[in-house]
Amino acid sequence: MATRTTRFTVNGKQVQVDVEPRTSLADALRRNLKLTGTHIGCEHGACGTCTIIVDGAAIRSCLMLAAQADGTQITTVEGLPRGRGEALGPLAASFRKHHALQCGFCTAGILTTAHALLSEEPDADADRIREVLSGNLCRCTGYVSIIDAVLDARPAYQTQKAAE
Amino acid sequence: MKPPPFDYVRAGSVEEAIVLLAERGDEAKIIAGGQSLMPMLAFRMAAPKLLVDIGPIATLRRISVDDRGVTLGALVRWCDIERHAELSHAHPLLVEAIKHVAHYQIRNRGTVGGSLAHADPAAEFPGIAVACEAEIEIAGSNGPRTIMANEFFLDSLTTALAPDELIVSVRLPPWKLGRRWAFVEFARRRGDFALAGVALFYDLDQGRAVEPHIAAIAVGATPVRLALVEQTLAGKAVDLTTIREAVAAATASIDPPGDIHAPGDYRRALLGVLLERALAQAAGLKLAESA
Repeated sequence: MATRTTRFTVNGKQVQVDVEPRTSLADALRRNLKLTGTHIGCEHGACGTCTIIVDGAAIRSCLMLAAQADGTQITTVEGLPRGRGEALGPLAASFRKHHALQCGFCTAGILTTAHALLSEEPDADADRIREVLSGNLCRCTGYVSIIDAVLDARPAYQTQKAAE
Repeated sequence: MKPPPFDYVRAGSVEEAIVLLAERGDEAKIIAGGQSLMPMLAFRMAAPKLLVDIGPIATLRRISVDDRGVTLGALVRWCDIERHAELSHAHPLLVEAIKHVAHYQIRNRGTVGGSLAHADPAAEFPGIAVACEAEIEIAGSNGPRTIMANEFFLDSLTTALAPDELIVSVRLPPWKLGRRWAFVEFARRRGDFALAGVALFYDLDQGRAVEPHIAAIAVGATPVRLALVEQTLAGKAVDLTTIREAVAAATASIDPPGDIHAPGDYRRALLGVLLERALAQAAGLKLAESA
């Protein structure tokens, strides 16, 4: 099958991929753009590991064709906000503080999901966070530490939202 | 988990999409949010030669609320329904049911039209369409047509859509003030497909139920209206005795198939419990703890 050229913006950079139409956005990010921070778990929309942010909304990149991303603005885990210098961003720092990961495989999807949520709803309570993260499978932690970490990252997003 | 090879075209208008569908017949499939179709492709349960992406067609994204009811364009996403300012008043049953559709990430891409066209017997929106006697607007080579939701779903994953047709919009009739309603489902994990679910509403006339509409999901090949239960309720005050009769009518009138998720008998019993809870909720009654 002939390849198709798709252009979009990833983490602030204009990119172009030439891929078969059947290529998922997850595969295009990992293979063509070498953005391997996005992990692929189930490849059929059940695990949430491949979650990225497209035009501000958290989506599963295994359930979107690369071709459908034409003209979009994409944020992957590599593009999440960082702190000054070597410092971690608010979510990553909070995940470290609360030991919110063990094997780390699901973490990229959970960070992107939480970032999308808190960017829109910086006051999200534990119930809301739990509901949203029900779409991300973690088989290590039991989620308690993850919920704590997301709750604890809220002030940074609240300040950000107030400044807008 | 890689889809089979296919061609991909973005359609700029409904007309363009229909021409492409008519040219390729069975070989072509519409893709919108892709939240049902992409897993089907990944499992190779579907192997179209051409995907026609209707994503760019902005006219299909409209939500309108007027005296004809609530009209949702085929590309309206679950998150659009959640965020719409008027819908929680204009159609509370719709808004409540949609809360149960899949997970956060899927709700940001999954569409109303996709859910109808995919026709999963456990999906919430087809159940709402059947419960509410929704009209589905279809466009095709032979012109537009309207079909009632209960005639649209023919079998599991099978609809009345011809290969050269696509869904344009779906209209839910106006919601009456003071209407009693409930949506209840049970799934093993939040956001998963329900093992059974009930959508119901009725109006009140001097304390009695008028025109009850009761539909069940995940207990057959398509969403179904529970006619026997509706007859049981019609003209009666919805009290604990009526609810008991309704539950008996429901479990007697369905014969759900078993599958890897739950045996048929389990689904039948579950539907009875869910109907009991839904009716109690609609009527503002408290059930005994053991129920």
